[in-house]
Amino acid sequence: MDLSTFIQQLLNGISLGGLYALIAIGYTMVYGILRLINFAHGDVFMLATYFAYYLVGIYMLPWWLGITLAVLLAALVGMSIDRVAYRPLRNAPRISALITAVGVSFLLENGGIVVLGARPKGFPRPEIMGKVYTLAGASIIGVSVWVPVLTLLILAALLFIVYRTKIGAAMRAVSTDMETTRLMGVDIDRVISFTFALGSALAAAGGIMWAFKFPQINPLMGILPGWKAFTAAVVGGIGNIIGAMLGGLVIGIVEIMIVAFLPWLSGYKDAFVFIILIAFLLFKPTGFLGEPLKEKV
Amino acid sequence: MKERNFRLNLALIVLIALSVWWAKDRLNPYILRVLNTAAIYIVAAVSYNLVNGVTGQFSLGPNAFMALGGFTVALLMLPLPQKEMVYFLQPLIWPFNSFSLPQWLFGLSLILAGLVATAGAFIVGVPCLRLRGDYLAIATFGFGEIVIVLANNAISITNGALGIKGIPEYSTLPWTVGCAVITVLFIRNLVNSSYGRAMKAIREDEVAAEAMGINLFRHKMLAFAVSAFFAGVSGGLLATLITTVSPSLFMFTMTFNLLIIIVLGGLGSITGSTVTAIIFAVLQELLREVEAPRTIGPIHIPGITGMRMIVFSIMLILLMLFYRRGLFGKGEASWDGLFALPGRVREFFERLRRKEVKSWTRTGIESHDQ
Repeated sequence: MDLSTFIQQLLNGISLGGLYALIAIGYTMVYGILRLINFAHGDVFMLATYFAYYLVGIYMLPWWLGITLAVLLAALVGMSIDRVAYRPLRNAPRISALITAVGVSFLLENGGIVVLGARPKGFPRPEIMGKVYTLAGASIIGVSVWVPVLTLLILAALLFIVYRTKIGAAMRAVSTDMETTRLMGVDIDRVISFTFALGSALAAAGGIMWAFKFPQINPLMGILPGWKAFTAAVVGGIGNIIGAMLGGLVIGIVEIMIVAFLPWLSGYKDAFVFIILIAFLLFKPTGFLGEPLKEKV
Repeated sequence: MKERNFRLNLALIVLIALSVWWAKDRLNPYILRVLNTAAIYIVAAVSYNLVNGVTGQFSLGPNAFMALGGFTVALLMLPLPQKEMVYFLQPLIWPFNSFSLPQWLFGLSLILAGLVATAGAFIVGVPCLRLRGDYLAIATFGFGEIVIVLANNAISITNGALGIKGIPEYSTLPWTVGCAVITVLFIRNLVNSSYGRAMKAIREDEVAAEAMGINLFRHKMLAFAVSAFFAGVSGGLLATLITTVSPSLFMFTMTFNLLIIIVLGGLGSITGSTVTAIIFAVLQELLREVEAPRTIGPIHIPGITGMRMIVFSIMLILLMLFYRRGLFGKGEASWDGLFALPGRVREFFERLRRKEVKSWTRTGIESHDQ
């Protein structure tokens, strides 16, 4: 295996990992605040691709407008899920909210099958993503260039929101100590709504770029990426945003490398993600950057 | 009292045995199929409830354990000529290609199915249950997906996506109902033992339970392993009931159905899971109508496949939001409760006449612990 192939695969891995990172951030932010695994997150990712498919592919909106609307709609869906399904259960036993989360996820998947159709749909691709660039003799398709660049820009914007704005400070405060933050006069429900909107918007962006990379969408496409992204969040340290980015990259790179270097195991690539999850839970349950969760008595 | 209850339990079991013996050759195949399915749901749901309801850990793994059990039984029981016919893509690996168990060892194959599933439970449970937090949910969910990925890819063992056909139909009513009765009795006795009390303590408050000297990991693992064992058995029963196993049979939908059963019955109630398992098996058949295309007069309504699952998922969400205790709450039906029932009903009407009762809630058979 020569160096250029390795670098090529590494770039592929980073590009895929960036998408996992975008989804993982939504999981990790919600878990950090509510200690809730938002099972429906992967399905918001799926819905966003359908929004974009209908807005751009069927209603012929220009790309920039279609994508913006799709991301906003997905954010709205994320907020509504929290409002309808999770907020009434804030004070219930934790298992109740988890069960509702599974119910919402299943509703979106099966609703998707009935309303949108189970058959995969071909996702349109903007010209710039299909363009072939020639760089130092190697030719690279637009997707492989623009997806990582866009991912980086989005992640930078996210870090700005979380660490440099007032609402970001409120989010971090709520995840550190909800009760104290409430006493400081912060509207907790608004912060949680914003967190859901932000996480869903990121997943939506990830979903649309995912569809650029793998231009076939179906109602169940969110399940495995969603689960891998959650694994990425655990690997990075659950509750930690930068950790989720790191974890996403690790999962993406491992997955691509297995397909590239051990092609006879490519059918089992999902199983390796599971092994990574089990290994981390066994040997480093706090992940790369996480802190042990404090037990509140 | 205890003596009386024991005799009544024994009488009930004899009654069940007699009716099974009567029903197995007389009822039509469709009804038998529904009854068998109900019994298998009882095995799976009551054992699932041990983890989610009694111990309060959130597992999403029964479909994986049922898959392990189902494929184990299929590999052990499939007759040799059938094995040669089914595995035309890739030959079956040794040792399964060289033997097949006779019918009288069906029970043994079910036990082995349970043990294989239990082994799976240790792989997932040991890393997750040592930790606080909901890692079990995400790991068991992943395990379910992985088992399906493996079943699709390990063609020389599972025959890939095509699955294994022509498994002999050994799951007759005596087997399924027998397994259901054994499961209910075993788990009831476990829940009423000191282990069961420890599990309930963990559900209510892990920190307090640990402070009382309960070994959290051991009790969670015990519940999880026992649950996986019976899930494996139910998978084996299912395989020999519908005579085929394939990865698609053990998708997440299976776990979702069981989740609805235990939530509707009441998390932590064995009676609840048993009753709702039967309700669910019947309901599933009735709701098949929703999906069937039909013509009413001049209007033709095309069948909508998948509608059932939408109904079930909305049902689960609404249950969680508005009826979290389920039909039986955490309580159990008991003989004491049953005998006290007429008195309680009389008392209720008495109070109703005196206009003391304001609401109709909390009157049924539920509030008695065994």
